[in-house]
Parts: sequence; C-alpha cells; structure tokens
Amino acid sequence: MSGAEIFLQQLIIGLSNGMIIALIALGYTMVYGIIELINFAHGDLFMLGCFAALTLMGLFGLDHVATGSSGVWPGLLLMLIVVPLFCGGLNWVVDRFAYRHLRESTKLAPLVSAIGVSFVFMNLGLLWGGVPMKVFGFGRAAAAPKDFPELLSNTNLLGQSTVQFSGKDLMVFVVTLPLMALLTWYVKSTRAGKAMRAVAQDRLAAQLMGIPVDRVIGQTFLIGGALAGVASVVFAIYNNTIYYQMGYRAGIDAFTAAVLGGIGSLPGAVLGGLVIGLARAFCDQYIETRWTNVLVFAVLILVLVFRPSGLLGAPAKEKV
Amino acid sequence: MATQRRILFHWLFLLVAALIPVVELALPGRLHFGDLLRPIFIMAMLGLGLNILTGFTGLLNLGVAAFMAVGAYSYAILTCDIYPFRLGFWPATLVTVLVGLTVGLLLGLPTIRLRGDYLAIVTLGFGEIVEDVLKNLDSITKGTQGINPLPSPSVFGYRFRPETYQPWYYLFLGILALLVLLNRNLHRSRIGRAWISIREDELASSCMGINPMKMKLLAFALGAAQCSLAGALWASYLGSSGEPGNYDFQVSIIAVCIVIVGGMGNVGGVLLGALVIMGFNSIVLETVTNFLKAHQLISSSNVFTSPGNWKYMLYGLALILMMRFRPEGLLPSKQLKAELHPPEPNVPPPAS
Repeated sequence: MSGAEIFLQQLIIGLSNGMIIALIALGYTMVYGIIELINFAHGDLFMLGCFAALTLMGLFGLDHVATGSSGVWPGLLLMLIVVPLFCGGLNWVVDRFAYRHLRESTKLAPLVSAIGVSFVFMNLGLLWGGVPMKVFGFGRAAAAPKDFPELLSNTNLLGQSTVQFSGKDLMVFVVTLPLMALLTWYVKSTRAGKAMRAVAQDRLAAQLMGIPVDRVIGQTFLIGGALAGVASVVFAIYNNTIYYQMGYRAGIDAFTAAVLGGIGSLPGAVLGGLVIGLARAFCDQYIETRWTNVLVFAVLILVLVFRPSGLLGAPAKEKV
Repeated sequence: MATQRRILFHWLFLLVAALIPVVELALPGRLHFGDLLRPIFIMAMLGLGLNILTGFTGLLNLGVAAFMAVGAYSYAILTCDIYPFRLGFWPATLVTVLVGLTVGLLLGLPTIRLRGDYLAIVTLGFGEIVEDVLKNLDSITKGTQGINPLPSPSVFGYRFRPETYQPWYYLFLGILALLVLLNRNLHRSRIGRAWISIREDELASSCMGINPMKMKLLAFALGAAQCSLAGALWASYLGSSGEPGNYDFQVSIIAVCIVIVGGMGNVGGVLLGALVIMGFNSIVLETVTNFLKAHQLISSSNVFTSPGNWKYMLYGLALILMMRFRPEGLLPSKQLKAELHPPEPNVPPPAS
C-alpha cells in the first residue's frame, strides 16, 4: 500500500468509527443540554444494547444465516427496531427512578447517581454474558468477549482497489446519516423539539409557559437512549466483538466528542465524533496504538481547560 | 461535655482497633481480621484524601487512584534496588508525599477554574492518562509487571517481614490515626472553614475575603499528598508497586463510594465508609462465597449464583439509593445534613 492509500484507508476507518461515536455522543449532548447532567451510564447503556442485539440474534437463529445473504435484512431491521426501543425505554426508566428526584438537589447528586447506574449496567452486562445461550457460548466465562456473528461481508465495494470500503462501512453511513438528519429536523422543527429547546434554555420559564418539563426531559432520555441503541447495533455488526466493559471506553470517547464539539450542540457532537474517530485511526496508524487512549484524554483535558465551550458551542455562560 | 465524651469515644475506638491482633492471637482458631483490616486502613487513607477535595471543598475527583499510583510508583522507585536511590522507609515515604503534593498542584493549577462536573471529568481523564503512561513507559515502570521486589521496610530498627502481619497493622493504624487527627484539625482550622465556605457558596466566600483559587489548590495538593501516602504504604505492604491496572477507574470510584456512603465532609464518616465498603468486599462477600461453596450451594461455573459477580450491582445500587434517600451519608457532617434537608419553609408559625 502506498502512503496515500494508507491514509485513505485510515480515513475510512476513522470516519466509520467516528459516526458510531457521534451517535453515542448525541445522547450525551442532548441530556447535558437539557439538565446539565453528565450521564455517566450512557456508555454502559450502549453496551447493554449490544448484548440485546446479540440476544436477538440467538433468539431468531440469525447466527445461522449466511454472511451477506439476503436473509440478513429482516434480522437487521428487527434489531434496528427492537434494540433502540429497549435502550430508549431503559434510559427513560432510569431517569424516572434515579434522576428525577434529584433535580432540585446539589449538582453532584445526579452525577453520583449516574455513576451508580453505570455500575449496575456494567454488572448486568456481566451477568447477561452468562446467559446459557449458544451465542453467548452457553454461559462459559461470562466476562469473556463475545463474538458477534458476521452479518455483512467484508467484500470490498471498490473492486480491485487496495483500499477497503466494505458493505459494513456503507451500512454505518446508510444508518447514521439519515438518523442525524431526522434528529435535526425533530429538534428544530417539531413542537416537541421546540419544547425540548425551551426546557434546555430555562426550565422554570418553560414550566411557566405550560410545558410539561418532566415529560420533555423523559422524552430526551428516550431519544438519547434510542440513538445509543442504534449505535450498538451498528457497532456490533461493524466490529463483531462485544464485552461487558466496553461501555466505559465507548462512553469516554463519546463524551470527549460531545465536549470537543461543544456540549449541548447537536452538530457539534457529530463533528466531535468524527474528529475523535479520525484521531484514533491516525494515532493507531502513525503513532502507536498504545498511546491512542492517552491522546483522546489529552484532547479532552486540553479542550476543557482552554476552550470549555468546544468547537461549535456557544460561549459557556457561567452559572454561579 | 459533649466534646469530652467524643474524645473519650475516639480513644476507646483506637484501643479496640489496637487490641484486635492481640485478641486474635489469644483466641483459638485461625482468625485473621487484623490481616483483612490492613487494606481497609489503606482505603480509609485514600478516602480521607478524597474527602478533603470532595467532602470539604465540594470538588468531585474521579481520579484519586492516579494519585495513589503516583505514590506507589515513586515509593517503589525510591526504595527498589534496581534504581540508584535506595532510600529507607521514612525518607522514601516523605519524598513520596512531597511528590504527591507536587502532582496535585500541577494538576490543579490549570484545571481548578473549571466548573464542578467538568473538573470531575478532567480528573477522570488524568487518572486514565496516568494508568496508560505507567503501562507504556515500561523502561522505567516495568510495564504490567510493576516494580518489584521492594525491600521490607525497617521502622525504628525493626525489620518488617511479610509473614507476620501485626507490625504492619500497627504501623498502618498509627499513621491512619495521625491522619485522622490531622484531618479533624484541618477541618476545624481557618483553612477547613474556608474550604467549607467555598463548598457552600463560592461567590459569598470570595466576598468574605477568601481566595477560592488558592484554597482549592491547597485542597488539591493536600488531598493528593494523602492519596499518594496511601499509595506508598500500599506498595510497601505489597512489596511491589503493583501493576498499573491496580489503580484503575474502579479504585477511584470505590474511594468515591467510601466518602459518599460514609458521609461527605466528616472524618468519622469516611472511616465508617471504608469499613462498610471494603469490609463488605473483603469480609462479607468472601465469607458468604466460602460458606456457599463449602455447602455445595453454588458451583463456580454458574455466573449468577456467585456473590462476587453481584458486587458492582450492589455498589451501584448503594450509590443510587444513598443519593435518593440519604445524600448526606451514614455519618454526615452537621452542616451538610442541614443543607440537604432544609426545614419546610411553609410551616405556619404556631398560634400563640
């Protein structure tokens, strides 16, 4: 491979992973935008989504379907409907029972609660991995990484080129791009989206205007969770390995992306996700894989220290 | 009167703690509670360090394990034979505390201006960076092997041995008692009151002539120093720096659990928190597992019936339920309790 081809290859890998990070980051940024909570459990919600997807594969025998055959489409569609519903619903329930009572409390209380939820989710993932199903290896070594069956083939769509652009890469963009457009339209142009923005701006004023604040916040959790659910399906099909501790790393990457783009800003989260995905890919290639995480965290700290409003965020208004 | 009783209570507590190994020796059977208490002492020190930051000053730190790692590795480098320093126990510990202080200052200087939750994330990132750097700089830190073996410390001419735990126990207990005294006095001093006023209302406290930046920085430095002291003692106890993975995010979170479950801002609460959280982990969970195994109630192949696999679920639920029903902790400080449970404003005055 020539230098330019290597670069192009890393660009594709980085963009594909970046789109997945962006989907998770959208959930962070929406929740932070509306109640200023760093939803620590969001990455672990994404992890549970992956386990839900694998369970569906097992339940419907999709692991027997030949890779890349037309038989995978109903299964893919099923996962893309059920897993977001599961994740969104779970996120809504968590908000209802763990965060809603803490709205008027100190700012650290919901954050600590979210850390607690993250631990509960991670533990659920560990136990879930022990479910005696064939796709989970019949419960042997619950903590071990699980293989996610290959649904889409790795055949290069670019024909004889040395640069790989497979059906998986295409799937990432086909699923995520319309979803992001839909989300933008929803938040910008619908009545519910307007209510969401109003609550984000000033909760009390929104309440005085007759907006059911708790319901709007619940909706935000629902949508953010559903996006994480889509991300988990796409991730599982793209990377083919899931394990119960993956939520932490994914969550940190996505949170960094959200902060980098400007937390609270939807286009910012997407931009941040792409930048983080590309930075990871190029660091893996041109520096060393073992320094990639250090790079991501260094980006996070530097952005927070020097430009806390991020790339696209409005200048932070300090609330004393 | 109340103060006198409390002081008496503290001495009583220390006496009981000091008697545990003696009583164990006298009793038949092979009890080893004193042995199990040593890591609890270490975690209590870590909790005390975090308490300065989170409990007193209200700055959530999600990366105290990194300070502990800094302590453990600098102690290891200062004492291990393969490095040129080869210091004894006390000088190495002292230098380690100074290193921790410096690291706390260096991390605090650029980040102290950040808002509460952003600061929490920066400290989390710092924790991850330290872990990865320790792993990757294997020419100095020996990568995942850790630096070992460390010579057993010799304190006041007495050489410690890994097999007998009693001397370690008393060393840790003594240092912990000193730290408790230090933290109590800090809490009541001018500095401690300044920290608490920043936690309650930063703007108001700066109007009262307190420099919040300076005070927060001091909290960072002192908290980091205590955490690295915990790390140094931990390394001396292990006889190794441990591997970088021993100081990961979960250790930081356990420290947060200790401070929050025990009672933020209250030294006694932190001790109770360490006893509850760590005791649950190393004594209750262990005993239950062994009991179940001995009676053939569980097999190690089944994931669900092994109590150890439910540990983080219980920690997580503890955090959630504490925040919901008792955010001030089991043994809260008076101020925090009053703040979190304000009296009902709308109660009509009693008719006269």
